[in-house]
Amino acid sequence: MKRIRQFACALLLVVAVVSLAAEVFAPANYATQFRDELPNAGPSRHHWLGTDDLGRDRFSRVLYGTRVSLLLAPTAALLSTFLAALIGTLAGYLGGTWEKLAMAGADLFLSLPWLFLLLMVRAMLPLNVSAFTSVTVTFLLLGLLGWAASARVVCTGARAIRNSDFVLLARASGVSRARLLMRHVLPNLKPVLLAQFWISIPVFILSEANLGILGLGVAEPLPSWGSLLRELESFANFSNEYWRLVPLVLLVITVTSFQLILSRDEVAA
Amino acid sequence: MIRKFISHRWIAVVVLLSSLAFAQGGELHFCLKSEPKTFNPVLVADDSSEVVRYLTGGVLVRVNRQTQQLEPELATSWKVSDAGRTITFKLREGLYFSDGTPFSADDVAFTVKQLMDPNVHSVTADVFRSGTGAVQTKILGPDRVTVTFPAAVAGIDKLFDQVAIMSAKSPKKEMAVLGPFYIADYKPGSYVYLRKNGNYWKKDAQGHKLPLLDAVKLDIQPNRDIELMRFKRGELDLINALDSDYFDKLASAAPNEVRDAGPSLDSEQMWFNEVPTAPIPDYKKAWFQSQNFRQAISMSINRADLCRIVFAGHAQPAVGPTSPANHFWFNSKLRAYPFDQQDALNHLALAGFKLQDGVLRDSGGHAVEFSIVTNSSSKPRERMATMIQQDLRTIGIKVNVVVLDFPSLIERIGEKFNYEAALLGLINTELDPNVQMNLWLSSAENHQWNPNQKTPATAWEADVDKLMRLQASTADPKKRKAAWDRVQEIVYEQQPFIYLVNKNALSAVSPNLANAQPVVLRPQTYWNIDELYVRNGGDKAGK
Repeated sequence: MKRIRQFACALLLVVAVVSLAAEVFAPANYATQFRDELPNAGPSRHHWLGTDDLGRDRFSRVLYGTRVSLLLAPTAALLSTFLAALIGTLAGYLGGTWEKLAMAGADLFLSLPWLFLLLMVRAMLPLNVSAFTSVTVTFLLLGLLGWAASARVVCTGARAIRNSDFVLLARASGVSRARLLMRHVLPNLKPVLLAQFWISIPVFILSEANLGILGLGVAEPLPSWGSLLRELESFANFSNEYWRLVPLVLLVITVTSFQLILSRDEVAA
Repeated sequence: MIRKFISHRWIAVVVLLSSLAFAQGGELHFCLKSEPKTFNPVLVADDSSEVVRYLTGGVLVRVNRQTQQLEPELATSWKVSDAGRTITFKLREGLYFSDGTPFSADDVAFTVKQLMDPNVHSVTADVFRSGTGAVQTKILGPDRVTVTFPAAVAGIDKLFDQVAIMSAKSPKKEMAVLGPFYIADYKPGSYVYLRKNGNYWKKDAQGHKLPLLDAVKLDIQPNRDIELMRFKRGELDLINALDSDYFDKLASAAPNEVRDAGPSLDSEQMWFNEVPTAPIPDYKKAWFQSQNFRQAISMSINRADLCRIVFAGHAQPAVGPTSPANHFWFNSKLRAYPFDQQDALNHLALAGFKLQDGVLRDSGGHAVEFSIVTNSSSKPRERMATMIQQDLRTIGIKVNVVVLDFPSLIERIGEKFNYEAALLGLINTELDPNVQMNLWLSSAENHQWNPNQKTPATAWEADVDKLMRLQASTADPKKRKAAWDRVQEIVYEQQPFIYLVNKNALSAVSPNLANAQPVVLRPQTYWNIDELYVRNGGDKAGK
């Protein structure tokens, strides 16, 4: 198991380094349209993964797209985990009405149709924003909206800690609420929060990919895994052209690697 | 011996004739993209219902989709009089509806009454609404009827191509038809089954009764991938409209099964928001209202590349509101704007723009940047916008491509006017420019760049208003053509719509389907449904 984790870590590291150094490895700019060459061309010496439907180098776009998705998905995961920690810990620790209110809020968020909400928010954004701003806003929105499921888990964990003997002992010894929270409850929730963080990353990558498939993710010409996966919308587009599956394979490898690097304790948590 | 030989020959002839009779029949299979909303011909407003109306409805006159000329159908002749207000039809005698009810002038009067009933809200009737007042029908005899409109209706005779005659007396109401097929079965969400109308009046040149097909099965299938897969498996005989991606994939596997009929009437275009009250900065409004700016943008777009890359060569650079496919109404003096970015910069300089360090700036020093909105469900439009983005970058303009879901897009461009430029398409089903009145009149709701004007905002829009009203109020085709030609010239000069491409009419036809001659007008592949037949009798794989 340890070997597999190490392998997954190494794989993620390679993917991250190569995508972060996209300028070095990419043979072309992700936006350059090689119009004189055929669009949708197959792999060649100049275009290792061929070109997309506008004649852009697919390998370069995969590298830059990986960078976008791999940088922003953890940011969104961090945001959602922070919100989940804040709301879940307070709700679980304070209990009673606070817990009921927080969990009702979480239920409300879970019952919201995310997709339509994201479409609505995206439609309300100003039109003249750069592609990078647009993708950042998309991921931040995903992070802001994605706290509810994690908060429920964190709340359960915090409640269990609140009712534990050592917390009871600490309270009996006159430890203040704030100190109890910061010194005893939060540190014991660390495995839960880490697990939620790691689990959220692939969820956000997939969410952006789903938005991308609907044409509502990252604005052109900036690539992301979502926009790259749009090529696979129709089976007619990739029959016998297996190099088009590279973004999908990369997504599967990355998501699987994220799952594999979770320790057994974290999974249990 | 001789008698035996003769009798063998007769047997052979009989076998041959019967095999021919069998061959000229069969069941045609193709797909509807959605559920038909109605089978009542006057209520038709969606594509699927229109398909059923075309296959089942008998009309007084029909525009031949190949020659684009009007031909007699239920009416043997017709005469337009009273400066385009009145049309008199002489009807074919001895015809019957599919249920055996006789056809007469009463049925024409009944249909017109149903069609023009304001409570029915018929979309088909919109093109006939020429003024206030009722439409009068006068039955001059069992085979003669006159229809008089309150005001002149431009191209009145051709408009009757869309009017399927209903029976005034049949107990089956709109299900009794005069067309080649009648609706025999309908399973919602699954199929519409049409059977040959035994009372259909038409015969071919050899005197054989038409239609040649025995039945048509219309499968309801919204998924284009599944439609293509079923066509490849031989379960469908045709795909009426194909995307260029699918066309090329199919062409590489079976080149004899795809047909490119050339540029269609449909166009793709972009335009700038010129609404004075739009919530965009004033300096941007000034750009968009500048003729030189719009012309420069038009010249900077490489239309040939759009056709070649986005539509895989199955499109033509567009010229204006009328496609070259429209033989009579297209102004053949006009050519698509040439791709000339140096000339574009000259035009921009005339309007006070300067290219500085690779950035185009207006006279106030503002960097030229705008967004193009388009709908998320159209990949070709998104691709076109991305290509325009690169084209305009080379003259220092930054373009942001924004893809929105359709309701949000419509809200922005039609209600709040909160956008800068839009890229959308126009589906033209009619040849006559009169149907574009709601687009070109400055007071019209669909005058996209600046709708609902109380008085024309510019002198050229006032000219277009006058010319559109002139062509609508005269019955003389030459005068109408001259007026529409001038409208096309003004639009070409002013570029309120920057026409990009006319997509080609692409279709797929099984080698088993005989007599198919796809054309650019809708319905492209089965416009001559009477004459089509399936060679092996419609024995589908997997049926």
